[in-house]
Amino acid sequence: MEHGRENAMNEQIDQLLQRILPTVQKPARYVGGEYNQTVKNLREVDTRVAFCFPDTYEIGMSNLGIRILYGIVNQMEGVWCERVFTPWGDMEDAMRTAGLPLYALESHDPVVDFDMIAFSVGYEMSYTNILTMLDLAGIPLHAAERSGLQHVVFAGGACTYNPEPLADFVDFFSLGEGEESTVEIVNCYREAKRKGLSKQDFLWEVGKIPGVYVPSHYEHRYKPDGTLEAIVPLPGAPKTVTKRIVQNLDAAWYPTEPIVPMTEIVHDRMNLEVMRGCIRGCRFCQAGYTYRPVRPRTPETLYEQAVHALEFSGDSEITLSSLSTSDYKYLEPLTDRLTEYCVARKINMSVPSLRADNFSRDLMLKLQKVRKSGLTFAAEAGTQRLRDAINKNVTEEDILTTCQIAFAGGWNNVKLYFMLGLPTETDEEVLGIAELVYKIYNTWKDYASNKKRGVRIHVAVAFFVPKPFTGFQWEAQTTPEEYLRRCKLLKEHLNNKSVEFNYHEAQLSELEAMLARGDRRLGAVIEAAWRRGAKLDGWMEYFDYDKWIAALQDCGVDRHFYTTRGFGLDEVLPWDTIDPGVRKSFLLRERERAYRSEITPDCRHGCAGCGANCLLEGGVCDG
Amino acid sequence: MGRLRFTKEGVAVWSSHLDLMRALMRCFRRAGIDLKHSQGFTPHPELSILMPLSVGVESQCELAEFTLAEGCPVPIKEVAARMAPVLPAGLRALESYEGGKKAGKLAWLRARLTLTYDGGVPADAEAALTALFARPSLVVEKFGKKGPTEMDIAPMLRDLSVLQTPENAGDGFLASLERTKEERASTLSVEAVVAAQNPTLNPLLLATAIETHLPTYKPDLVRCRRLEIYDADGAVFR
Repeated sequence: MEHGRENAMNEQIDQLLQRILPTVQKPARYVGGEYNQTVKNLREVDTRVAFCFPDTYEIGMSNLGIRILYGIVNQMEGVWCERVFTPWGDMEDAMRTAGLPLYALESHDPVVDFDMIAFSVGYEMSYTNILTMLDLAGIPLHAAERSGLQHVVFAGGACTYNPEPLADFVDFFSLGEGEESTVEIVNCYREAKRKGLSKQDFLWEVGKIPGVYVPSHYEHRYKPDGTLEAIVPLPGAPKTVTKRIVQNLDAAWYPTEPIVPMTEIVHDRMNLEVMRGCIRGCRFCQAGYTYRPVRPRTPETLYEQAVHALEFSGDSEITLSSLSTSDYKYLEPLTDRLTEYCVARKINMSVPSLRADNFSRDLMLKLQKVRKSGLTFAAEAGTQRLRDAINKNVTEEDILTTCQIAFAGGWNNVKLYFMLGLPTETDEEVLGIAELVYKIYNTWKDYASNKKRGVRIHVAVAFFVPKPFTGFQWEAQTTPEEYLRRCKLLKEHLNNKSVEFNYHEAQLSELEAMLARGDRRLGAVIEAAWRRGAKLDGWMEYFDYDKWIAALQDCGVDRHFYTTRGFGLDEVLPWDTIDPGVRKSFLLRERERAYRSEITPDCRHGCAGCGANCLLEGGVCDG
Repeated sequence: MGRLRFTKEGVAVWSSHLDLMRALMRCFRRAGIDLKHSQGFTPHPELSILMPLSVGVESQCELAEFTLAEGCPVPIKEVAARMAPVLPAGLRALESYEGGKKAGKLAWLRARLTLTYDGGVPADAEAALTALFARPSLVVEKFGKKGPTEMDIAPMLRDLSVLQTPENAGDGFLASLERTKEERASTLSVEAVVAAQNPTLNPLLLATAIETHLPTYKPDLVRCRRLEIYDADGAVFR
C-alpha cells in the first residue's frame, strides 16, 4: 500500500509545504506517511471521505473512535477515508499566508476535493475548530449554504448527544457507536450520488438510517422567557432518534493493525478496549450513562487483539481501557495472561481507572513488574456524604488501605482528582478534601518504606460541569466566582510542602457548561466567537474568554441562561429529540436520590432500570 | 554491538531526533528483534543514533548503534533485511554489521545544500559563493541553548564545490522541485565536507553564511542532505 505514495501525493500542495514546514512547530504532524496509513488508487475510488478531528494530530491520533472508523470505512471498496486534523496556530497562519488550503494527510489533496466531510466531536471546546477547518478547506460554514451533495458534513462523537449548538453547521449527526451506521451512511451517500439525488432528498434518505439525526428536519420553538416551547418534527421525521450500539462487541472490527505515528502523540501506546459502558452510574458522568449498556469483550478475543496489535505496531506499552477497567468481568484471567506476555517482552501494561479495592491492589503490584506507574484516585468529593450524593462509590477506607500498601511497596507519588461546585456541596465538604489529603500524608508517614525520598501528593480540582443525559442534567452550575472561592478555601487548608494543588480554569468550564447544554441559538455565538479569533479553545495557549464574552454580546445571548440558571424539570430540553437508551425518568430518579444522598447500587448488584438494556437484542446487559 | 545504516528521506525528514528514536525502537519490535534493555526503574532499549539529524534534513548515511538482547537469535548482519519490510515511509535500511569504528573516530560529514531561487539562479552566483566559502574566516551567528553565539566556520569546511546542475538529489519528498528543467535552472547546489564532531558544523550554517555575508544571494529555499561520513583520515566511516 505504501508503494507509489510519493507519486500519489498532491504536488502543488507539497511545493507549498516545503516552504512552510521548516517554519512551524512539530512539522511531522502535518505530512502523514506513517506506517500503515491507508493509500488507495484514486482510479478505484468513487467516494472520498475526509475524516476530520477538530483538535491537534496528537489528540486526534490518540482517539480510539477515529482509528476504528478510519479502518472500517477504508475496508469499503471504492471508498477512501483520509485523516484531517486542526493545524496548530502557527501552521494555520502559515497556511493562510501561503494560500495553502486544508488538505488530507494521506494524499495531501485539498479537502475541498472530497465528497463527505465527517467530524468526530468529543469536546465542547473544540467547536470553533470545526469552523476553522471548514474555513481553511474553503467549504461554506453553514449547512444551508451547501446546496449540493458534495461536501455533506456529518458528525458523531460524545458531544453529539446534544447536537443543537452545531445544528447550523452540520447536515446530520450519527449518534452512538459508528461501527455499523457509518458504513450504512456512506453507502446511502453513494447511492444518492449514483441516483443524482438532491441534498434535500439525500437527507431524507439518510435520516431513515437508525441513529441518524437531521437537525433541519426539526423546528425549535421558544417561549418568550427563552426556554423551549416545543421541538416540532417536520412530517416524516421521527419524534426521537435512538443512538446506535454494537450488539456483539467481540465480533466488532478492532484496529489491531493501527497507523503508527512518527511523532509522539498523547496516548502513544496500544489501546485495548476491554468493554463499553460502565456499571457504576456516577451521577455527573455523561459517558457513564451514554455508553450503556455494559458490554464486555471476552478475554480470549482481547488477548489475541493485544498480541496482534503489539506485534504489528511495535508498541512497548499497552493500556487496558474502558470507563472503569476494574469492573471488567474477566480482568483477572486477562491480566494474568497479558502480564506474562508483557513482562517477557519488557512491555509496560497500564490499567487506568483502577478502583481502590482488593483485587486492584494486587493487580497494581503485579503491573509494576515492568515499570512503576503513579497511583491515581478519582475520589471526586471529599466526604462520604457527597460521594454518596454523586454516586461515586469509593470509600475513604479503600483509598487509605491502597495508599498504605503502595507506600509500603515503594510508591511515593499519588494523584487525587476532585470536583468542586457539585450539587449539594457545602464548605465542610470542600474542607473534607483537605482532611482526606492529610490522612493520606499521615499514612505515608506511618508506612513509607523509604521516607528519605519524600512524597508527592497531587490534588487536582475540576469545576463541575452539568452535562446532558446525566442525573445532574437539570442542575445549575455554580458561578465561577463561587467555584474560585471554594478553590481558595481548599488551598488555604492544604499547607504542606508535599502537596501540589491545581485547579481548572473557571472560565473554560463555564463556557463548556454553556455549550454542553446549549441550544440552536448558540450556533451564532460559536460563529461570532470564531470570527473574533477564538480557536483551539481547549488549549490555554489560545483560550480567550473575552472573545467569547464579546461574541455573546454580539448575539444578545446570556450565558447564565445555560449555566447558573438550571433547567426546569418540566422544561423541554434541547436534546429531548435524542434517545441514548437511558430514560429521562431514570435520570430524574437519580437526581432525587442525589438530593437524599442515597446511592444507587452498580448494575451487578441489582438492575436500577435505566432503560439502556432495551437497546440490546435479548435485553440483557453485561453478558 | 551492532550498527544499522539507514536513510531518512521523504516525509520522515519532518520527524525529530527523539521521534526517530521512538520510531526505530518500534521498528525493532515489529521486526521481532529483541534489544538489550537497561536495568532500573524505567528500562530502556540500548539504541542510539550517532549523529542527531536536524528536522527537515535528509540523509543517506544515518548510523544507529544497538545491542541485541541475550539469546536473540537474529544475526546482526540480517537485522537490516529484517527491518526493511517494517520501516515507515522515508526510512530505508541499507545494511547492518557487527562492531565498526569507535563512534569517537567519526570526524567529517559530506553534505549537500540545494539552494532554490524562485526568480532563477543569479548569474554570477556560482563564482560569488565559491569566493565566499574560500575566505580564510567566515563568522556566522549560531543559535544554541544559551542564545546566539558567533562561530567561524571556515576551519570546519573542506572540499567545497558549487554546482549549477545538481546530480541525484534523492527521490524524496524534498526533491520534487527538481523534476522539471525550468526548476533545475532555479537551483544551485553546494557540496562540502564539514566537521562532524568536536566541534560539529551543522551544514545548514553554510546557508546562514550566505545570508549573512552575501544577502543578495540569499536563496528562497534551502534543502540539506547528508551524503557520507568519514573518519579523521578521510576514510569512509563504518
